Amino acid sequence: MARTFHLHAGFASLDQEIKPPLSADEAHAEANRCLFCYDAPCTRACPTHIDVPLFIQQIATGNTAGSARTIFSENVLGNSCARVCPTEVLCEGACVLNDQHRPIAIGSLQRFATDHALSQGQPIVRATRPLRSAVAPVGIIGAGPAGLSCAAELLRLGYASVLYEQAERPGGLNTYGVAQYKMTPRVSLQEVEALVRAGLDIRCGIRVGHDISLSELQTRHPALFVGVGMGRIPGIGLAGEDHAAVWDALDFIALLKASSDAGHGSPSAQALRRNLHGASVAVIGGGNTSIDVVTQAVRAGAKKVWLLYRKGPSEMPAYAHEVHLALEHGSELVYYAVPERIVAEDESRLRGIAICVVHADGAAVAGPHGPRDKTSALLECSVVVRATGQRGAELVASLPVESERGVIKVDAQGRTSNPRFYAGGDCISGGQEVVNAVEAGKRAARAMVHDILEKLPQEAV
Amino acid sequence: MADLSVEFCGIKSPNPFWLASAPPTNTGDQIMRAFDAGWGGAVWKTLGEPIINVSSRYSSVDYRGQRMHGLNNIELITDRPLDVNFREIAEVKRRYPGHALIVSLMVESKREAWHAMVRRAEEAGADGIELNFGCPHGMSERGMGSAVGQVPDYTCQIVTWVKEVARVPVIVKLTPNVTDVVYPARAAQKGGADAVSLINTINSITGVDLDTFTPRPDVHGYSSHGGYCGPAVKPIALNMVAAVAHETQGLPISGIGGISTWRDAVEFMLLGATTVQVCTAVMHHGFRIIHDLCDGLSSYLDQKGMTSVRELVGRSTARVKRWEQLDLNYRVIAHVEQSRCIGCGLCYVACNDGAHQAIAAQPDDRGRTQVEILEHKCVGCNLCSLVCPVESCITMRRIDAFGEAQLPWTEYNKNPSAHPHVRSNRHDS
Repeated sequence: MARTFHLHAGFASLDQEIKPPLSADEAHAEANRCLFCYDAPCTRACPTHIDVPLFIQQIATGNTAGSARTIFSENVLGNSCARVCPTEVLCEGACVLNDQHRPIAIGSLQRFATDHALSQGQPIVRATRPLRSAVAPVGIIGAGPAGLSCAAELLRLGYASVLYEQAERPGGLNTYGVAQYKMTPRVSLQEVEALVRAGLDIRCGIRVGHDISLSELQTRHPALFVGVGMGRIPGIGLAGEDHAAVWDALDFIALLKASSDAGHGSPSAQALRRNLHGASVAVIGGGNTSIDVVTQAVRAGAKKVWLLYRKGPSEMPAYAHEVHLALEHGSELVYYAVPERIVAEDESRLRGIAICVVHADGAAVAGPHGPRDKTSALLECSVVVRATGQRGAELVASLPVESERGVIKVDAQGRTSNPRFYAGGDCISGGQEVVNAVEAGKRAARAMVHDILEKLPQEAV
Repeated sequence: MADLSVEFCGIKSPNPFWLASAPPTNTGDQIMRAFDAGWGGAVWKTLGEPIINVSSRYSSVDYRGQRMHGLNNIELITDRPLDVNFREIAEVKRRYPGHALIVSLMVESKREAWHAMVRRAEEAGADGIELNFGCPHGMSERGMGSAVGQVPDYTCQIVTWVKEVARVPVIVKLTPNVTDVVYPARAAQKGGADAVSLINTINSITGVDLDTFTPRPDVHGYSSHGGYCGPAVKPIALNMVAAVAHETQGLPISGIGGISTWRDAVEFMLLGATTVQVCTAVMHHGFRIIHDLCDGLSSYLDQKGMTSVRELVGRSTARVKRWEQLDLNYRVIAHVEQSRCIGCGLCYVACNDGAHQAIAAQPDDRGRTQVEILEHKCVGCNLCSLVCPVESCITMRRIDAFGEAQLPWTEYNKNPSAHPHVRSNRHDS
C-alpha cells in the first residue's frame, strides 16, 4: 500500500505521520491478501528474520496477540522497526506480489499487531527460565537499539544485564535521531518502557569513562557489550563552518524533535523552530540522514531547501524512495555540488553558502531545473546543515578492542578482538538501520551465552 | 497456558489437530514431518488392496481472486504396497509414541478381508482404526467407500465385523452424500463404533473448461465426479456434526470439513467435535499452518478463562434446536452506525431487491448513497448486516416487542388467535 505523499500548504507538519496506522478493517483486508509464501522472501529479507507470513496469517485469523508474539520473538523492537524500517528495500521490496500488482504492506501490518500488543500491556519478552541470580553478568554500554536488543535476548535466555546510557533518556537514535514523521520519541520510549517492565535494567545519564570507569565495569561484569553507535559529524574543512547557523545534522534533528515533544521543548529547540519558519536551508550530504534533515526542515516551515550532493545520482547512498520523498517535499536536489565556503552576514546570521557545481569530468552540469551556466554560485540561506558522515564514537578509541576509524571490528556474532567484549549496532557497521542493530544485539547475546555465561559458576550468573 | 491435549475414545493426543486421511498422510516421511511441525495426530491415507490412479486428479473452485475455496479430487486410496505402508506405520509409531496415529482402512465387504486388515493395522501399532465409508468416487463403484456408508445396514454390518477383532478404538468416517447423515451415524453406533468422523467429501464437479468443454479435472478429454472439500464445505460439515452430536449423545466425534484456522476448529468443537481433522488447508499451505492453529486456540482458551480444550466440546450443541422451538417473540431490527457508513448502497439494493424493502436510500451531497432503516418494515433478517463491507457498521439490535415471554411455534400453533401480536409484526400478511 504505497502512499504517495503530496505536499500541500498546511498538510504536512513535523509530527504528522507519513504512514498512518491501519484500521482493523484495512489490516484484515491486507492480511488476507498475503499469499502465505513458503520459505518467504520477506522473511529472508528481514535482517532479524521475522516469520512474516505467519504473523500476517495470525492477523488474518484474529490472533493478534499471537501475531505480536511472532514478531517480538525475533525482534524486540518490532514496534519501532514497523515505523522506521526501509521496508521498500527490505521485506516489502522482496514481496513476490511486486511482480503481480503491489506488495503487502508488511510494515503497516507489523505496526498494527505490535501497537495492539503494547496497548494491551502484552509483554515483549519473557525469560524462558528464571534469572539465575540478582547479579548481572553482562554490562551493556549504550541503551540504543543494539543494546536493548542484546539485553532483551539475554533476559529471554535467563541472564540479567545492566545498560549504561549516557543520554538523559534511553532508546538511542530511536529516541533522538529518527525523523519525527516516522516516529516520535514518545513511541520509542513507550517501547523501552515495555522492555523495562519485562525486566531490563537501564541506567541513564551515566557516561562510561566519566561517571564510571571502564575498569570498574570490567570488574562488575564478566562480559560487556558495546552498543555506543557513532559519534558526531566532523567538520568538512569548509571556511566559516564553525558559524552558529551551521549545524551537525544529528544535533539539528534531535533539537527539532525536542521542539515538538510536549514537555521537553527547551528554549533552544523553540528558537530553532522559529528560525526555520520561512527560512532557506542548505543541506550538505547524500545519505538518508540528509533526506531526514530536508523533509523535516520543510515540515518545520522552511520555504526553500536545497540538498547539495557532491557526486551524481548513481553514487548517492540515500535510498531511491527517500530521495523521492525529499523531492515530493519540494526540495531542490543539486548533484555535483561542492560546497566552497560559508558566507556569514554577522556572528549570528548567514548570507549563504558558496558552491561550485562541477561534473566529475570538470564540465558544468544540469541540475534538476535546466542547465546551470555558472560553475559557482552563492545559495542564499540562513541555515546550513552538515549531514556528512559521522566519525566513530569517542569511547571506542579507549576500549581495549581492535577498531578502524572508530568502527569496532567484530565477527558475524559480534565478537571483538577482546574475548570479554562484544559489540553491535552502528559502532560495528558505521551506520545502518535499526533492524540491523537489533539483529546484531541478538546475535551477540547468544554468542556471549555460548562463550562465557554458560561457563560461569552458578553464583556469578 | 491452556492444556491442548485431548483424549478421544481412549486415544491420547497432544492437541486436537489431526491430519485427515488424504494425500498429506500418504507416507511416513510426511507424517513425521507433520509431527515435528506440531500436529497432534494423523489418520494414515486409506489402506486397501492396491489401486491405480489417473492423471490429473484435483480441481478447485477459486473465489474472487483467492485460490482453492473448494477442492475436488478423484484420487483413490493408497497406491503404495501394503507392506511398505505397514512398515512405515510401525516406524512412525516407534519414533512418535506420544502422537495419535490412526490407520484408515477400506477393503471389499467380506468379513475375513476386514478381519485380516484390522489385525495387520493393529500389529503395525495403530492407535485406532478409521473405517473409510465415505470415499465417493471410484471405490464406491467397486462396492466400497460411500457405497457402504450410504446404506445404514451395510455400515452396521461391517462395523460389527471389525469390532469382532479390533482391540483398538474404531472410528467410522461418514459420508455426507446421504439424505440424512443421522441414519448412518446411528448404524455405526449400533454396530459398536467407538467414534465417528465426518464429513468425508461431497460429490462434485467443480467446473467445465469453456474452451475444451471438458469438466475438471481433465483425464484425456473426460472427467468424473469427485469429492469436494475445503473451506466451501464447512457449513455443511458443521450442520452434520451438530446433527450427529445431538443424535448420538456422547459418541465421540472427529470433525472434518474445511477447517483452515483455529476459529474453524473452535466452531467444530463447540458443536460437538473433540478432535478435528485437516486436509485442504495443508494441501494449500503445508504442515506449518499448525503454528497458528495451536497458538490461536491456546490464546482463545486463555482469553475465555478455559484451562482445557474439553471445556469447549459440545458447548453449543444444545443451542441448535428445531425451528419450531425458536422464540417467535424475539425481535431484532437493523441499525446503521452512520459515522461508519461509506455509502456503497449494498444494503439498500440487497434489502430492496432481495429481501423485505425496509431500507430507504438517497444520494448525499457527495453523491454517495445515504441509507435509513425503515424500522416498521424491518423483519430482522440480517441480510443488510451480511452484505455491509464495513465491520460494525450495520448491527442487529434487539427491540423489546413482547416482553420476556417466549413463544415457540409449537405453542403458537395450538391457538393462533391467542397471539394476535405475532401476526401484527408481519407486515406482508
